[in-house]
Parts: sequence; C-alpha cells; structure tokens
Amino acid sequence: MARRAGALIVAAALAALTLGPLALVMARAGGGALGAADWAALRFTILQAALSSLVSVLLAVPVARALARRSFPGRGLMIALLGAPFLLPVIVAVLGIIAVFGRAGLFNRGFEALGLAPLSIYGLHGVVLAHVFFNMPFAVRLILQGWLAIPSERFRLAAALGFGPSDVARHLERPMLREVLPGVVLVVFVICLSSFAVALTLGGGPRATTVELAIYQALRFEFDLGRAALLAALQFTICGAAVLATGAVALPSAFGAGLDRAAVPFAPRGWRRVADALVLTAAAAFLLLPMAMVAARGLPGLFQLPPEVWAAAGRSLSVALPSAFLSVSGALVLALASPRFGLVATLPLAASSLVLGTGLFLAVHPFLNPTLVALPVTMLVNAVLSLPFAYRILAPEARALEADYGRLAQALGLGGLARLRWLTLPRLRRPLGFALGVSAALAMGDLGVIALFAGEGGATLPLLVQRLMGAYRLEQAAGAALLLVLTSFALFWIFDRGGRHAAS
Amino acid sequence: MKFPMLAAGFVLTAGVAAAQTPVLTVLTYDSFTSEWGPGPAVETAFEEVCGCDLRFVAAGDGAALLARLQLEGARSEADVVVGLDTNLTAAAAATGLFAPHGAAVEVDLPVAWDDPLFLPFDWGWFAFVHDRKMAEVPGSFEELAASDARIVIQDPRSSTPGLGLLMWVKAAYGDRAPEIWGALADNIVTVTPGWSEAYGLFLEGEADMVLSYTTSPAYHLIAEEDDSKAAAPFREGHYLQVEVAGKLAASDQPELADRFLAFLLEEPVQSVLPTTNWMYPARLPAGGLPEGFETLVRPDVSLLLSADEALSLRPEALREWQDALAR
Repeated sequence: MARRAGALIVAAALAALTLGPLALVMARAGGGALGAADWAALRFTILQAALSSLVSVLLAVPVARALARRSFPGRGLMIALLGAPFLLPVIVAVLGIIAVFGRAGLFNRGFEALGLAPLSIYGLHGVVLAHVFFNMPFAVRLILQGWLAIPSERFRLAAALGFGPSDVARHLERPMLREVLPGVVLVVFVICLSSFAVALTLGGGPRATTVELAIYQALRFEFDLGRAALLAALQFTICGAAVLATGAVALPSAFGAGLDRAAVPFAPRGWRRVADALVLTAAAAFLLLPMAMVAARGLPGLFQLPPEVWAAAGRSLSVALPSAFLSVSGALVLALASPRFGLVATLPLAASSLVLGTGLFLAVHPFLNPTLVALPVTMLVNAVLSLPFAYRILAPEARALEADYGRLAQALGLGGLARLRWLTLPRLRRPLGFALGVSAALAMGDLGVIALFAGEGGATLPLLVQRLMGAYRLEQAAGAALLLVLTSFALFWIFDRGGRHAAS
Repeated sequence: MKFPMLAAGFVLTAGVAAAQTPVLTVLTYDSFTSEWGPGPAVETAFEEVCGCDLRFVAAGDGAALLARLQLEGARSEADVVVGLDTNLTAAAAATGLFAPHGAAVEVDLPVAWDDPLFLPFDWGWFAFVHDRKMAEVPGSFEELAASDARIVIQDPRSSTPGLGLLMWVKAAYGDRAPEIWGALADNIVTVTPGWSEAYGLFLEGEADMVLSYTTSPAYHLIAEEDDSKAAAPFREGHYLQVEVAGKLAASDQPELADRFLAFLLEEPVQSVLPTTNWMYPARLPAGGLPEGFETLVRPDVSLLLSADEALSLRPEALREWQDALAR
C-alpha cells in the first residue's frame, strides 16, 4: 500500500510541475488562438519527429544486436561512448555535425577531391541526420539492455535445440523487440517533438519551423502567452496520444526469470559475423567523427579558460548530482508501482522548457526574487525533465523484476527497506547506474530554465558557453563546451560503469 | 524544509542591506552583464559615484528583456532597462511601464533622436561580414541575389539581428521587399535561431557571408589581431540598430535611475562600449574611438524606420519573408 501511495505522490508532483506552469501561463493570458502558420509548424514537427524516431530505431537494432552477440576489445568503451552524443549541448553537436557533413566539412572535401558534386546537409534530411546522431546511440543502449535481459538459460536451451539464427530471431529476439521497441520509438519521437535549434539550423529556413520555435516567437517577440500555452498544450496532446498508441502495440515478452548464469552470446558465424563488424564500424564512424571534431575544436580553448568557467562548472555539478538522485528515485518509485504511470512519466519529455520556465517564473515572482532560487529551481526542473529517461531505462527491468520475484518476495514477507536492499537494488544495479548517469549528465547540460532565473554571476556552465559565444569568443566557448562535455561524460561514465560493474 | 528557511534568510539579509545603501536594479541582456561585456566596468564606475549598490538582472537578448518586463508588470523590481532596440521600443512604450527620461538628448547618431521615453547608449550598422579572401563582394542586395554567394542569416522570429535584416530590406525596398527575398532565397544556406549560431557557422566556413554588424571585423582585429574579416558596404544604405535604455515608472529609486541614465552617456561607460559591446558609442568619448575602428566600413546612407513603423510593418514583412523562403 505504501508503495502505491508513494507512486501516487510522485505522479501528482510530476503532473503539477509539468502541467501547472502551463496552466499558470494560460490563466495569465486568459485565452488564445492558433493561426495557419502554427498548424503548418505542427505538421512539420510531427513529420520530422516521426522520421527521426523511426530511422534512429531502425538503425539502432542491428547495432544493438551486434553489440549483444559479439565480444571484441573496446566493446565496453564503445557502449560507454554511446552515451556521449546524447549529452552534447545542442549547438556544440550541430557544429560538430557540420564540421563532418557540412558544406566545408570532411565529407564534402572528400567528394571535392574525388571530383564529385557537394551534398547539402540543409533540409529535412539534415534535421533527421542530426536527430539520429543524438538519439540513435541512446536507442542502442535501451535495446541492448533488452537483449542482455533475455536470460542466458533461454539461449542455452536454443543452442541445445539446435536453433539457427532465424529460429533465435523468431522465438527470442522478436518477442523482446516487440516489448522494447515501441517504448524506444516513443521516447525518441517525443524528444524530437520539442526540437528547436537543430530543426531550424539544419532545416535550412522557415519551412523547418517547429512548434517549439512558434512558442519561442509567441513568448519572446509577441508576448502572446495564450498562443504559447495553446502550442505547449498541443505538444502534450501529441505526446499523450503517442504514449497511448505505443501502449497498445507493446506486448510483454514474459521470458521468466533466469539464474543469472554468465551469458553465452548467441554468435552466428559466417557472413553474419562480417555484417556485424561492418555495422559496428559504420556506427562508430558516424558517431565518433562529429565528436572528434568537437574535441578538436575545443582543445585549444580548454587551456585558456577564463576563471569564471570553473565556478560555473562547480555550480552545474551542485545542480546535477541532487537532480539525478531525485529523478532516479522518482522514476524507480513509478517503475516499480505499475505500468499505468507510463503516461505521467513520459509527459515531461514533451514539456516546452520555455513555457515551463515562464510558468515557474509566474509562480515564484510574486513571493521571491527569482534570482535567489535560480539553482534550486533548475535542480528541480532538471530532475523532472530527466525523469522520463530514467523511467524508460528502469521500467522494463522493474516490471520483469516484479513478474519474476514479486510473489516470492510477498510469500517471504519481504517488504519496505529490506525488499529494496535485498531484492530491488541488487537486481536493478545495471539500469540504475545507467539511469543515474544519464540523469546527472542531462542535468549538467540543460539550460532551458536557468536563463529566466539566473542573475549576475549565477551562471551555470551551459549558460556561460552561450554567453561566451554571444561575446564573439567562439574559441573559448568551444573550450568551455568541451569541458561541459567531459564533465557530463565523466559523471555518466562513473555511474554507468558502477552499475555495470556491480551487476557483472 | 531547509530550503524555504534558507530563501527567507536571503530575503531578510537582502532587505537589511537595502535599508543601508540604496539598490538600483538594472534589467539588461545577457551579454551586457557577462564578464566580457560592459557590465562589470559600468558597475564599478557607477558605484564609485552613486553611493549605491548597482545590481544587474540578465534576461536573454533584447526581445527577452521586453517579454520579461511584461511578465513582471508593474511589480518588477527593476528601475532601469538597458538594451532594447528601436524594433522593440514601440511595443515597450505601449506597455505603459516606462517613464519619460526628461533629459536633453545630445548624442552622436547618424539619425536625429527625439524619443521622450528612451535614450540611446550605443548603435551599429547591420552588415554582411565576409572573409577578405572572398572574390566578388556584392555591393547591394540585388548584386548579392544575382551572385552565387552563400549567406547565413538569423530568424526574425527569434533574433533581434534577424528582425533588423527584415526591416533593412523593408526600409530599402518597400513594396519590392518580397521580390528581393525571393531572389535571395537561393543564396541563403540556412536560417539560425540566434546570432551566435549564424556567426559560428560562418567561422566554420559554411557560408561566404553572415548577417552581423559593420563593427564585427573590429573584434577580430583588436581582440584577436586578425584582419581577415570585413563588412560589405551596400549601396542602398545600412539599417541601424540603436540600443536604448529607459526608466520604469514604478521604480522606487527614480532619482538614482535618472542619474544612471545620464551616466550611461558619460565617458566611463561610453569609452568601454566599443571594445565590450563592439558597437559605436552614442556619444563620442574625448579620446575618440579605439585604434582599429578607423579601418571599418562607414556607410554613407543610414536607414532606420521609426519605432511605430517598425512595429506596424512587422507582421506584413514577416509574412513576405516566410512566403518567399518557404518556397
């Protein structure tokens, strides 16, 4: 009973923090209307998000399968690095992608040397490419987790029965994918719904207007709070519809519990081996090249950072750690309770950070100087915004845990803290580490809300990167951005590694 | 429960400090207060003479300032707002939150100034910046449109330079603006949400030219000793960005606010603006402009729509821009 009450409290807090600010903005406006341009923006937003999520997941499946069934030197490093693109600040990643695929990028210079016509990255394909760069690696991690969660006994049985690769696919892999993929498509789709800078910069012009840009315009240039609130409500509606749709498609795989024996990877030989090697090489090149360009651009600036950068980095860390623990605790409570909390745990993904920030500002301003609460508010908002990721990582394994061990624990009278200590935490180490890593790193990087609250000198690292860029100091900005990436990645690596280490 | 107590503590100490020295709160854009902007120098210089505590509150860019002010309304604790531009002042005046500055305006601007609410503190000409190595530099929008030069611009729906470009084309071409945008469409590599992204793309080599200011090459020359950048002079003239400050009617420190507005036009502030904001000072300092500014392009014709025109033309100009580029 206590667990259910806990989950209800978390769900209520989550709903209040995502929908409450929207309601405040709406109440302040008293009403609003949408124009033809807004509906065009909505159509483009859904189109790019749908394409981005499908392409990301289609490409992620072979990569995850190759990682699941092959062992090679550097495999652990590659799995860890898969977390990195997802954590890059948007503008840094866009510049990295452009350094590879842009007009003056590596590829086009190569084409030029071969006498071929240059390819333009600007357009819908560029938007999808960037979104795939950000989200495909995250999708790989989520799907890989699904593969590793198939008990090794099932693979042993398959081997004993003389299963070929197509039998394994039919009886083991497809049921797992049927359970995992809808959720992964959903997360990537909803992340891409609120894309703004990537879509506009790589989209090549006003054709690539997204709902989030329309919100920005309404809030900043027209002060049309009603329109902004309606647009934000529209984002939530699409997100809700997508959650319901995926809930209807996903089916539990029900493999049953295993005995945690060391996994015997099902590793078919022959052409499949070559194919896996090719898939892994291509994926690594696609992800590593832009990241290498980010590192190369940032290195010269890294050694001449102004002192403010270090203070800002400390501030960001002090936000990121509590935020991550809060977010993962909330997600765990929801994930253990019931799959019905999936909707409320996904909703923050669709939140427009501008509307969220504006609503919170309206809530705080009458009582307190917003500058005073800049860091606590940022901490809370980052926890809310990263909870959907933590939930998505924890939910499948938490559900399996309940299905496999719930009755036994009940029969033994294992409850409360004892159950957490002896059952939940040990069995969920791997996803918990991953979730903590992702949440902490995301909380380092976010700046959607701090911009409205930060006063003089209270800047976090992402805000400082933005200020450096605004002051022509692009080299220092690249250095500070690299520091941000390194810190985020270090946090991610420590937690993720801790989880995987403890689990193996 | 620790946190509300902590916040209450902050509020109390802030209250006690306020009883001792008067506090002047200045709402401004981010890059004004940043360590690399004019903010720190302005704060030190003003605090030396005012016997007060000058506090900056930063809010994004010029447009964000106005939005922030509208959110706060008359409850705003800001006394002075620094950093709106003439594309925003009509909307700012319409809020009724500003009080007349009451000062006689003596400024060195390429245009006459008679706004009763807002005082200019710096200004610049929008321009397309390019690398000196660029072969044929276009000398007008029409030449640019006819050339195969590739440009990056900012979105007028999310960035003040983007809005400035919209007004530039409108002021120079009037009813022919849609035609010009239609001809420019194939030169535009992409449209970015803000100035930083566009400038970053230009420096990465993604475009031959970027929409910025005639003063941008001065940054590279003075701060980086790099003279490879230049601004292209356009025959139809260059649109001005005039940055202004204003006093809020609800200020609890009206006299300090007046003093600060006057101080903005004095030597200590005006002399740091060229190399911190990289704009022209509204009143030329006694020592003149910093070395390097004499190398900059100085357009013969300055264009500027009145604040009311800028506001009333915006929806139409935005629609024309969107229609021409969405094709």
